[in-house]
Amino acid sequence: MKYMLMIYAGSADEAQCTFEDWVAYDKTVKDAGVFVSGHTLKDLTTATTVQVDAAGEATVTDGPYAETREVLGGYYIIDVPDLDVALDWARRCPGARDGAVVVRPVAEF
Amino acid sequence: MDSAVFREERGRLLAALVRRFGDLDLAEDVASEAIEAALVRWPVDGVPDRPGAWLLTTARRRAVDRLRRDRTYAARLAILQVEADRADPAPPADATADLPDERLQLFFTCAHPALPAEDRVALTLRCLAGLTTAEVARAFLVPTATMSKRIVRAKNKIREARIPFRVPGADELPSRLPGVLQVVYSVFTEGYAASSGDALQRLDLAAEAIRLARILRRLLPGEREVAGLLALMLLVFARRDARTGPSGELVLLEDQDRSRWDRPMIDEGRALVETALTGGAPGPYGVQAAIAALHDEAASVESTDWPQIVALYDVLLAMTPSPVVAVNRAAAVAMRDGAEAGLALLDELADEPRLRAYHPYASARGDLLTRLGRAADAAAAYRQALELAGTEPERAHARRRLEEIGDS
Repeated sequence: MKYMLMIYAGSADEAQCTFEDWVAYDKTVKDAGVFVSGHTLKDLTTATTVQVDAAGEATVTDGPYAETREVLGGYYIIDVPDLDVALDWARRCPGARDGAVVVRPVAEF
Repeated sequence: MDSAVFREERGRLLAALVRRFGDLDLAEDVASEAIEAALVRWPVDGVPDRPGAWLLTTARRRAVDRLRRDRTYAARLAILQVEADRADPAPPADATADLPDERLQLFFTCAHPALPAEDRVALTLRCLAGLTTAEVARAFLVPTATMSKRIVRAKNKIREARIPFRVPGADELPSRLPGVLQVVYSVFTEGYAASSGDALQRLDLAAEAIRLARILRRLLPGEREVAGLLALMLLVFARRDARTGPSGELVLLEDQDRSRWDRPMIDEGRALVETALTGGAPGPYGVQAAIAALHDEAASVESTDWPQIVALYDVLLAMTPSPVVAVNRAAAVAMRDGAEAGLALLDELADEPRLRAYHPYASARGDLLTRLGRAADAAAAYRQALELAGTEPERAHARRRLEEIGDS
């Protein structure tokens, strides 16, 4: 079963995890054979929001600007047997120490 | 013979079916069908030699029939099934029963930390205590439809997020077992000290918690905190008859008729306390059970071993720092060193946000202030307790105290 580990960043000034921690974690995920995909997102200041209204008119705005703790900084999709295994990968993720990792099952159609 | 006879079997049956089919809904449906079939057949054909095996065979046959009819359902479960077999070989059969006891994994699933706390309690009562949804709803004073929704939501999450049916490994057990014990203990406290309603105690719920703890004790005989939890509940429950007066009013420990305490239950609890406290550092349930045992062993409040109780509260407070434990400790200190000393400790806790809505804190202050002859302050404390108390007997107690100190 596939799960998305959504990595919500904590404040960058207080980050305790180093770049090396992330490299090591990334390697562990890939070596374990559970890695499906994963990316780090650029800073929220580079984000742009698109909304289409009822008339079909698109509005493009800069942002969003969310609370720091709500910023999605990256994600992994892993393929593991059950939630306990997924939660264990989340627990080991450096992002869980500096912010929070939300684990969501991926819907299959 | 009615379905209540099958409550014990139902949990076992459900656990065995869940392990085989990996789906709680299917397991519940076919377990009920098998029990219904037994209610029809057994009075006519006689009870089979191995009733548990008969139920399991019947339920499995129904499940297989259903899976043949519904291919998409079957396809999904087939995947689960392969993984369930790989992850978890069948435990050895219990020599004394004809149905293997696989309930432990169901305990861990129902108490899984990924489920909301209230759902854990509801699921455990539904799946392991064998209560109907309506009974669980009554126990928590919510409409059946509300409880039904809650249980459906929990079962959905188990299925959709694939919360596994498994007993955590030795490395995980220390972090997961407290969650299971917490569920059982919260069933007990809701039964023994109801948080709301007209009745102070809902004893059937407390008895249900004790039954669940007995099952856990059989399944995890080496876990001392399981022994500690069972001991604690027995030692507290032993006082149930003395704890309410003729019209349902609250009777405090100091005013209870101790001859009405359940002696055999106390003896059982005391033996378990020894198990819980032997062979290493004790856990919080073991220590609380030891405190309860000291109360139960004493002939009166005056002859209670208060120094020992204070010492045990110190241990408990170091283990699980909590303002609620600190309130209890202060009350014990008041008994050991006098009301003044206890009140000083209570007043140190005045700024604790968690105690602001905790009526026993206000009551404890009222009690010590009364003993110190500070009637006006005591009345203020009891008025606060009256405002905060959730059940009618607790409110009545506060009102009585107010009358006694001449303030109403």
